[in-house]
Amino acid sequence: MAAVRVEEVLAAAEEREAEKRRSVTVEKELELEFDLGNLLALDRNPPAAAGLRGAGPRREALLRALARDNTQLLVARLWELPAERAGGAGGPLVARLPEPAFRLPREKPPPRPRPPTRWEQFARLKGIRRRKRTSLVWDEQAKEWRRRWGYRRAGGDPARAWLAEVPAGADPQEDQFARLRREKRERVARNELNRLRNLARAHRAGTTVPAAPLHPTGHQSREELGHVTRVARVSTASLGRFQPRLPKEPAEPPSRSGGRKRRFEPLLGNLAAERSRQLELLRDMGSKKPVLDITRAVNKQLRQEEAEAAAAKGKKQSQRGKRGRRQQRPGRSSK
Amino acid sequence: MRPLTEAETRAVFEKLGRYIGENIQLLVDRPDGTYCFRLHRDRVYYLSEKLLKVAASVPRDNLVSLGTCFGKFTKTQKFRLSVTALDFLAPYAKYKVWVKPGSEQSFLYGNHVLKSGLGRITENTAQYQGVVVYSMADVPLGFGVAAKSTQECRKVDPMAIVVFHQADVGEYVRSEDTLT
Repeated sequence: MAAVRVEEVLAAAEEREAEKRRSVTVEKELELEFDLGNLLALDRNPPAAAGLRGAGPRREALLRALARDNTQLLVARLWELPAERAGGAGGPLVARLPEPAFRLPREKPPPRPRPPTRWEQFARLKGIRRRKRTSLVWDEQAKEWRRRWGYRRAGGDPARAWLAEVPAGADPQEDQFARLRREKRERVARNELNRLRNLARAHRAGTTVPAAPLHPTGHQSREELGHVTRVARVSTASLGRFQPRLPKEPAEPPSRSGGRKRRFEPLLGNLAAERSRQLELLRDMGSKKPVLDITRAVNKQLRQEEAEAAAAKGKKQSQRGKRGRRQQRPGRSSK
Repeated sequence: MRPLTEAETRAVFEKLGRYIGENIQLLVDRPDGTYCFRLHRDRVYYLSEKLLKVAASVPRDNLVSLGTCFGKFTKTQKFRLSVTALDFLAPYAKYKVWVKPGSEQSFLYGNHVLKSGLGRITENTAQYQGVVVYSMADVPLGFGVAAKSTQECRKVDPMAIVVFHQADVGEYVRSEDTLT
């Protein structure tokens, strides 16, 4: 009894070990393509189509297993990369990734070329080229290399300058410190103004979209053609007021408010004018009514035939005598 | 309340013209006063200028009806003529249909006019022409659309429909609540 149980336990333990080991190795029909620079693994194996169709826990399980297997393969590849300890002996193990092979698309569109600023135009005209400045300047006072501007700049802190000489032609009563401060403020303001102007110029140049062509190109959509028709209608000396309508064009003229608000005639406006307008409308409607030639002709023909038939029958009856039935004609017309 | 736009006026005149033809002029241009059409809550009213001036002083929400209601515009902007216009259609009607006394009641209940109930019909009535229906005593009962032309009316069997019912004076009792 005990031996059987021990054997069972050993077999279960071995199975579990095998399971763990099995989970590390993954079998795939096609090898995956790796781009370790982007941490990318491409699996071109066709998935189990039957299991993935339709939502459900089975589909979830299949997808999860697929993701786990592919991640296992990727991580195994990453472990094969040359690694080193970052930050000395005790630091974390860091793998050195190769150059990315897969070109990812840009997240944002590339910057469009902006128009040159006024200075750039001038510089191009004069042939002035940009001279690269060194970031450090030798400070004679402190006898060391100091920044050109900023914290601990060469030439001392301007806020702590305790002496401001009065220049030769200046007013002796004027406050030089105030003048210096004011001039700096003005310089800053002018610089900012020019920067904004350049920005505005660039922005304006970028937003002028070329207008859609008004002549037929063969590539215009229905809306574009409608717009073009409207423009064409209005492009007369009277701004389209006396332009005749096309056969299927709607009778309502487009409102001046661009379709936003409907405007009606005043309630108690000129009633005589209203009446004359309505009479004109009636006249237009009456004149355009086509004469129903076909139906009238058909009816006329039918009446003629009936009259002839009646006449023939009448003759026959008079020939036969009074025996002929009198025909009842319901719905006899009369006006 | 507002005057009709051109499209609306055209729709109303077209509909009226189907029944009274060019006699609409007599409605628009009357010798005994200035009459006009006004639209209030999708219904078209025909009223004199005097009445219009008085009605203009009633608040919009409280105004129920004014003058004579000729009909209403449906949701899809189609004009539907109602029986309240009969008083103005009857004297100017171009095509008339007289109904026998036996089937008057049937028509007043909303049924179509059959050949067996047809008394007289104007000559030259085309098919689908708007007609005004009278009793044999020349009392206007309503209006409708001719289902058959006069010629066909003579030949068709007695149970066939000759006039489609559109409105009748029985509606004053039947649809008392909805008429304005």
